[in-house]
Amino acid sequence: MSFIADFISKKNETKEKILSIFLTAGFPDKTRFAELAVKVLDAGADMLEIGFPFSDPLADGPTIQHSSQIALENGVNLKKTFAYAAEIRKHTQKPLIMMGYANPVLSYGVKKFADDAKAAGVNGLIIPDIPIEEYDNFFDESFDGLDTILLITPTTTDARIKLIDEKSSGFVYCVSISGTTGSSNKSISSTLDFLKNTYSTVRNNKMLVGFGISNENDVKTFAPHCDGVIVGSAVIKSLMNDDPNYSNTIDLIKKLKSSLI
Amino acid sequence: MNESVNYKFPDADGRFGKFGGKYVPETLITPLKELEEIYFSLKNDPGFIQELNQLNSEYTGRPTPLTFADSLTKHYGKGKIYLKREDLCHTGAHKINNALGQILLAKKLGKTRIIAETGAGQHGVATATVCAKFGMKCFVYMGEVDIERQSLNVFRMKLLGAEVIPVSSGSKTLKDATNEAIRDWVANVNDTHYIIGSVVGPHPYPMMVRDFQSVIGTEAKYQIHNIEGRDPDYIVACVGGGSNAIGIFYPFINRNVKLIGVEAAGYGIDTDKHCATLTLGREGIFQGMKTYLLQNDEGQVSEVHSISAGLDYPGVGPEHSFLKDEIIADYYSVTDDEAIKATELLSHKEGIIPALESAHAIAYLEYLMPKTTKDEIIIVNVSGRGDKDLNTIKNSLGY
Ligand SMILES: Cc1ncc(COP(=O)(O)O)c(C=O)c1O
Repeated sequence: MSFIADFISKKNETKEKILSIFLTAGFPDKTRFAELAVKVLDAGADMLEIGFPFSDPLADGPTIQHSSQIALENGVNLKKTFAYAAEIRKHTQKPLIMMGYANPVLSYGVKKFADDAKAAGVNGLIIPDIPIEEYDNFFDESFDGLDTILLITPTTTDARIKLIDEKSSGFVYCVSISGTTGSSNKSISSTLDFLKNTYSTVRNNKMLVGFGISNENDVKTFAPHCDGVIVGSAVIKSLMNDDPNYSNTIDLIKKLKSSLI
Repeated sequence: MNESVNYKFPDADGRFGKFGGKYVPETLITPLKELEEIYFSLKNDPGFIQELNQLNSEYTGRPTPLTFADSLTKHYGKGKIYLKREDLCHTGAHKINNALGQILLAKKLGKTRIIAETGAGQHGVATATVCAKFGMKCFVYMGEVDIERQSLNVFRMKLLGAEVIPVSSGSKTLKDATNEAIRDWVANVNDTHYIIGSVVGPHPYPMMVRDFQSVIGTEAKYQIHNIEGRDPDYIVACVGGGSNAIGIFYPFINRNVKLIGVEAAGYGIDTDKHCATLTLGREGIFQGMKTYLLQNDEGQVSEVHSISAGLDYPGVGPEHSFLKDEIIADYYSVTDDEAIKATELLSHKEGIIPALESAHAIAYLEYLMPKTTKDEIIIVNVSGRGDKDLNTIKNSLGY
């Protein structure tokens, strides 16, 4: 069993759901990123998704576009992201996941990427522009030991949900809305219908829900229909004008965590 | 006569060899499958073909002429130059061929809202035009830099009832407009069809747009056979995303015709201000496709430059990447200055003011013609007319 799946199961056994937090590598401060990540984990995040930047982030809304842009300006690349992960790994036993687009990985070398990620203590990878159609052409056996987490969205048919559930490892990432990161839910009731259906269709994996979750209310609404939630844009937004101790962001994470219990 | 021999691409997965594919977020997979299904069901449907043919002839004004360029031919004193006159299409460029095909598909899909990206504004104008004709809401994404340099086309789109949405991210040009259009589509897949303007993006777009544009080559073949009784020796077309080029190349693939694509070298390929993707790029994954891409060592997409907004793009259609690697077509590049000189040359010699994009194809004649002989035949695709570029041309020539 995968380390991530195992970790989620153990939490779930004690009736706890997962809080996964997305951060953009090197944002807002390239010299203090590992410190920020450890604070976030200490405040109650169960998992970390570390975004590596790309110049053309198709699936992202304005907030994460902005943080990616700053990260690129800060000189963040994959090498630097692995260094952050290795540093964070020294301080935590929790799952670390990397998230980003296919082209930087292709350019770095797919095998070298997998090797370096594992060496840095990374447990999984999310690449939103590799759907199952491209999966076998992209991920080779060098990804053994590194979970490849696939996404399900409201336009995914039930037949596809089953295929994705078979290929995905670690968990399945259920995108609650048709939209980019940071969009808000247009209709809570149709989102809930979608989550319930997906949750009952997914058999092999744990299911975490992300996109469109920004506050305690969203967490309370969605948590009963999944094994955990993922919060990204709301955290990045908070980091945009936080104090040097990241107090507001840490506060936000504590609140999100307590609303899960 | 229209089918290419021994050339059946893309395959069922939308690949041209290793290029192409569907590198998109999961949200878009189902709408892309629906699009592919409706396209395959209509492609050979006599009713659909007739409707599109009728629009092409009665609305666009097809077939466009194949004009013998007498003075230009004398100017070089070598092979015979013919011009395929896409500049005479309604709206002024080849982009309407694709927009008409796709609006019919959108109607069949029951979509009510149309989005598009545009660089030069020609695809935006073509899309706004077909939306006006078919009563659809139209939103066109356009980079702020392009809004500035193609302001006349911005006004045309507005007059046609479209909303032009300025894009301020990245280099504020075609690539960024395309990103925004894709994001819009992700958020509005239920009621929206995305009319991509070139042979780029995820499958089935590169195939579909090629098929709609191949009317250019099919006509050219018929016309040159009528006039000269044979295939040409060379076909020359400019390449941004590559739709006018593939449109004229496709019916001539594997027929012993030299196919030449001309990219924009901007300030020169020894500078970092160009968009000669096939000349200097390497394999990448970008905007839904695997294709040649201008990028840095870390896989970040380059900021590119061309005086011509329609060529100012760091990627290229995946089929061109394939044609290059298989040496079925050859790709070269010409600079901004060479394109401006060619604009002046064609205007003086033939009384035809080409779009700056098309001027890149004309400019390549400087290199090609000395190598030709008097009995050889060259067809150049004049993909559009130059009215939209008059300000840029005026400034460059210092009139
Ligand atoms: C007249 C004209 N030619 C060529 C192009 C480039 O596109 P493509 O390479 O897809 O033909 C454009 C794009 O805007 C155009 O307006």
